[in-house]
Amino acid sequence: MTARPRWGNVVLILLVVATAFPFYWAIVASFTPEARLFQSPSLLPRNPVLDHYRALFSQRDFWVPIRNSLIVAGTTTAFCVAVGGVCAYALARLRFRGKAPLLGLILAVSVFPQISVVSPLYLVLRRLHLINTYPGLILPYLTFAMPLTVWLLVGFFRQLPAELEEAAMVDGASRLRTMREIIWPLALPGLAATAILTFVYSWNEFLFALSFTLGPERQTVPVAIALFRGQYQVPWGQILAAAVVATAPVALLVLTFQRRIVQGLTAGAVKG
Amino acid sequence: MASVRLERVDKVYPNGHAAARALDIEIRDGEFMVLVGPSGCGKSTALRMIAGLETPTAGRVLIGERDVTALGPQDRDIAMVFQSYALYPHMTVHQNLAFGLRMRGASREAITERVGAVARPLGLDAVLDRKPSQLSGGQRQRVALGRAMVRDPQVFLFDEPLSNLDAKLRVETRAELARLHRRLAATIVYVTHDQEEALTLGSRVTVMRDGRVEQVGPPMEVYRRPASIFVGGFVGSPAMNFLDGEMAAGRWTGPASLALPLGPVPAASLPASVTLGVRPYDILIVASGQGDMPALVDVVEPRGNEALVHARLGPEGSGPEVRIVTPPEPLPPVDTVVGLRLDRDRLHWFDTVTGRRIGP
Repeated sequence: MTARPRWGNVVLILLVVATAFPFYWAIVASFTPEARLFQSPSLLPRNPVLDHYRALFSQRDFWVPIRNSLIVAGTTTAFCVAVGGVCAYALARLRFRGKAPLLGLILAVSVFPQISVVSPLYLVLRRLHLINTYPGLILPYLTFAMPLTVWLLVGFFRQLPAELEEAAMVDGASRLRTMREIIWPLALPGLAATAILTFVYSWNEFLFALSFTLGPERQTVPVAIALFRGQYQVPWGQILAAAVVATAPVALLVLTFQRRIVQGLTAGAVKG
Repeated sequence: MASVRLERVDKVYPNGHAAARALDIEIRDGEFMVLVGPSGCGKSTALRMIAGLETPTAGRVLIGERDVTALGPQDRDIAMVFQSYALYPHMTVHQNLAFGLRMRGASREAITERVGAVARPLGLDAVLDRKPSQLSGGQRQRVALGRAMVRDPQVFLFDEPLSNLDAKLRVETRAELARLHRRLAATIVYVTHDQEEALTLGSRVTVMRDGRVEQVGPPMEVYRRPASIFVGGFVGSPAMNFLDGEMAAGRWTGPASLALPLGPVPAASLPASVTLGVRPYDILIVASGQGDMPALVDVVEPRGNEALVHARLGPEGSGPEVRIVTPPEPLPPVDTVVGLRLDRDRLHWFDTVTGRRIGP
């Protein structure tokens, strides 16, 4: 890479600061007492306190939304990777009539605006008595997570050479055995990357979670945080502390598997 | 070991492309059969149908007199070496070699013993713990070979196994394969687009074109008596020269007033248009005014132990080009007129319209 012009660097730095500052401020503010937050806020952390975090878990029982989010996002992810993986493998390997339209349909579903299906989904879920339940969130989540998973994994499976599977079959392995011993281990990085992306999307989902839950016992983290604000006051400190708690594990996950995720997303783009 | 037979096999893809048309190929027990032809001639499809990786649209595939047309590759007891080697990248060399045995439920001791017995002569015993990515190209090739040998299959199938190797390694591996065939007395079906590989390796050679068999025979017979213009031009390097001509009064008349008797051919069955085929090795350069016809020397390419001369027929070089292989010295000077003498015992006659060979 050659040196960029200087103004390019300035723009880059501005962009990074503009993107990173809200996160920085959220972290700093979550350690600042409520009173000081509005009188003399400082950009640098001074005398950090854990008040907001303590309140979060003692007064508000923030563990409940965290547990709800883990269950909903985790189940969605597991289901997507298991079912979507098999589906994507078939789409990547088998030749059949109407494959291109089918892939197009899957893509179309994944870009469908969520807001347009909230009301009909609500009616369906109410009829099924699934409002304010875990399945009542997981099933709607699958509508956007499954197409995403399938689309990503089709690209990934396509990149695995078919000759490996043929060699395994010639060596005497059945279809299932080939899947288990050859494809599964080779696809693991791609499956992991896809799983993380699916998990992150489900973890951050707000609209469905807000619409299909009724009380705090089934609310997920984003909904719980949004409902912190009372009638007369907004507990900014706690909201920001909750945001940090909700973001940290996901950010950590993504940072750890960063390279894998990029590989998964660009799979098939270039020949390895 | 077993024989292999393709009986009236058709393979037509859904897009209408026919990769095999009424294909009849018989490979005898213990034979090294090479399927050779230009890309798209259907040779790889034929191999994949023997392996069970493609299903024929019509016809039967038999291995050792057993009809395997409907069986998957798992149940055919064959081994295949792929062009890309297709080594399992997440397994060590040992695991790669052991995979086929493990799938067939061999015991751990039997696997270790068999893998060792195969790895040693291939020089792989020092790298058994490595992954394929840590091996050289030649080593990968040998692992692919070993994986095929380890199971003692009925038939070995090779799909252009040498095309990823450099020239030197290719010659070495070719000799290795010939030794392997002799030692195991194995039935081998070998696909290549390289006519030299076909001539050097095969007990017999099947030349294919457009999903059909052009000619089957021992390498020297295919070289000496090509059954068609296509085979004559495909087998042998540098390629055979072809000169179009007409039959008149029992004699053949070609370009540059070249006129030749056709030799021991029954005159009654002769077509009007006849093409003469003559290999570059079967033309002698003689002094101008002598020989069968004059030619103008155009380009001279020394190739070490011999030289390739491109010349144009006729005293002014106005006729078609012919290639001649001569000793490297003395070389004829460029732009001079020489005489060419054809070896009468090595001429090939073809029907220009059908492309088929005429006479013996």
